Amino acid sequence: MVKFFRTHVLVCAGTGCVASKSIAVKKALEVELAKHHLEDEVQIVATGCNGFCAAGPVMVVYPEGIFYQKLKPEDMPLLVEEHLLNGRPVETFMYKDPLKKQIVPKMHDIAFFGLQELRALRNKGIIDAEKIEDYIARDGYFALAKALNEMTPEQITGEIKESGLRGRGGAGFSTGLKWEFAAQANSTIKYVLCNGDEGDPGAFMDRSILEADPHVVLEGMIIAAKAIAAHQGYIYVRAEYPLAVNRLKIAIAKARDFGLLGKNILDSGFDFDVEIYQGAGAFVCGEETALMTSLEGKRGMPRPRPPFPAHKGLWKKPTILNNVETYANVPPIILNGARWFNSLGTEGSKGTKVFALTGAVNNIGLVEVPMGTTLKTIICDIGGGIPNRRKLKAVQMGGPSGGCIPESLIDTPVDYESITKTGAIMGSGGMVVIDETTCMVNIAKFFLEFTQDESCGKCAPCRIGTKVMLDILKDICEGKGKEGDVETLEDLSVTIKSASLCGLGQTAPNPVLTTIRYFRDEYDAHIKEKICPAHSCVELIKFVVNGEVCKKCGKCVKACPASAIAWEKGQTACIDRDTCVKCKSCITTCPFRAIE
Amino acid sequence: MAEARTIEQAVEFITTEMLDELDSVIVDYRGTPGSLIPLLQRAQEICGYLPAEIQRRVADGLEISPSMVYGVVSFYSFFTMKPRGKHVVRVCLGTACYVKRSDEIMQNLSKELKIAVGEVTGDKKFSLEGVRCLGACGLAPVAVVGEDTYGLLDPVTATDILKNY
Repeated sequence: MVKFFRTHVLVCAGTGCVASKSIAVKKALEVELAKHHLEDEVQIVATGCNGFCAAGPVMVVYPEGIFYQKLKPEDMPLLVEEHLLNGRPVETFMYKDPLKKQIVPKMHDIAFFGLQELRALRNKGIIDAEKIEDYIARDGYFALAKALNEMTPEQITGEIKESGLRGRGGAGFSTGLKWEFAAQANSTIKYVLCNGDEGDPGAFMDRSILEADPHVVLEGMIIAAKAIAAHQGYIYVRAEYPLAVNRLKIAIAKARDFGLLGKNILDSGFDFDVEIYQGAGAFVCGEETALMTSLEGKRGMPRPRPPFPAHKGLWKKPTILNNVETYANVPPIILNGARWFNSLGTEGSKGTKVFALTGAVNNIGLVEVPMGTTLKTIICDIGGGIPNRRKLKAVQMGGPSGGCIPESLIDTPVDYESITKTGAIMGSGGMVVIDETTCMVNIAKFFLEFTQDESCGKCAPCRIGTKVMLDILKDICEGKGKEGDVETLEDLSVTIKSASLCGLGQTAPNPVLTTIRYFRDEYDAHIKEKICPAHSCVELIKFVVNGEVCKKCGKCVKACPASAIAWEKGQTACIDRDTCVKCKSCITTCPFRAIE
Repeated sequence: MAEARTIEQAVEFITTEMLDELDSVIVDYRGTPGSLIPLLQRAQEICGYLPAEIQRRVADGLEISPSMVYGVVSFYSFFTMKPRGKHVVRVCLGTACYVKRSDEIMQNLSKELKIAVGEVTGDKKFSLEGVRCLGACGLAPVAVVGEDTYGLLDPVTATDILKNY
């Protein structure tokens, strides 16, 4: 018999909240409930990522929908007694709007949640990811039943094509078209692969989906398998995501128990099974041909295309590879139809997109918005603006393959075409907000260090070209930049982009090109005047207090770990450069940016 | 624990028990296409790291060339040919952490432990590594010691996390 509870407490057990000790909070909550004999009245559900990671550990209490944040185990006695026993929600643990300085008790009234449109993430923070029953209760596997019993492979591919769904891994290729090519390929053995090798630093969309709703990915894959007539699938997951791997393992085992994977799925006569393959740490394996080489047990190096994977992929058999988020979009399209899906979005970009909003923004977390939403809405409204009264400088999209979009283009709608026009790319969904304290030359250097390190070395333009570019950028940041460096960087970029074998090299110069395009003045300041306008590159900082800007508050004195700053009340601070260890603590602390 | 006699003197951390377990695992993977990477992951779990001798044992077991095994081990950052410390300190170097000064955290930890990135301390207590984004960007900047995650670190006081071990 189904047991009814008067209250459900949803405790986030995603990676972010677990790292901020949500498991201890859950245990303390269990103890308190037992103390008050509430176990049969209040049910605790450990959910996947709720999305509002910065506020973790988070908890939502239903039916009221009260959102609690930044909880500690020792808060539980008060919370249980006041809210769960006496029915008085506790304001102390509620969210406070950073701009309006008001307490917002209900989750849906918080701008971060209210302005989102949850489709790929519709089950996040609601279901227990380890219970297949929870997923089924939210219409899970209904689309699969429809696809297997009522639709032909052509109808499935047709529906996906008509929906306008494009690959959410970054390149944005039509998913339906990809499936069609593989369906037409003549072979008795075909493969369906899922790309969960989320290597873009600052992105965690796929991890969150796998942790919060693993079954939706399985369901999407089985539907894809039916469409192209494949019987074996692999999910390639980063080694850095142990929790996601664990949840997937449980999900696969449960799906097999329920007859949703394996032989004769749902009595339809269709066979399909899935295995998990853990990556071993190589960014290039996110590239489709490299991922397949890695699955074959070799060094994960890309292969030239053609032949395309739809004809010769894994083990030289026709293969489709889609991203985690792409698969998460498939079941609702099959269930609700292509029209439902493409009613949202812009001309060329349909549906929604999930972003990992991070960096210098108040509400860090996972965000799903309709395509075409402006960057401004995402950063200023959903993200709650920039902390510490600092100014927005740029948004980095697409990670090492993407670029920096300046503040002046903040009204750009987020869709594949508009973002590409700015020189960045949609990418897999990493969105890192950058404020005025970050140096744009340094950020370009950061990404080049990344691609240089991750270049597999197979083709010369990427292997050698990125190294030369990185050396130039290092020189510029250290004050050794020369006239003409920027032009050399631009020349190299053109060659690397056009001559590299795979997407890694072809996009590696993007962070450099976009920063040159929009922040040329910073490059010039580094090269010609030997100053870093953001006060970030250590070699170019003088560590001198500007008396005109200094408000004589003395905050820098307290922050200095080397006791190198002399200051008396009402006086401008003075840094002793012999004692100074150049740790930049004073620069980060100073609210007035007075240290140059 | 008994030291392994079949392995050269360079391998001081590997016991015969480990080798026996490794051999039985190799048998399970033999003949399965694409099994090298999962097998090496298991081997590293068992032995802690993958010195040349272990790589050769895997190659012999799967009947493939040692160069192929070395090629894979040296390609993927998850594999290490050096022993790790008792506590592995990993600093996230993803973008969200980087814009919050994780590079300085790494420098300060390196100074405090007196080792470079990828090395292990003399007493084998700590080793220091960089990691490409742990996906916990909400807590940036982040460092992990063993299984414990430390978020919202301050570059100057970040070295305090070592005191817990």
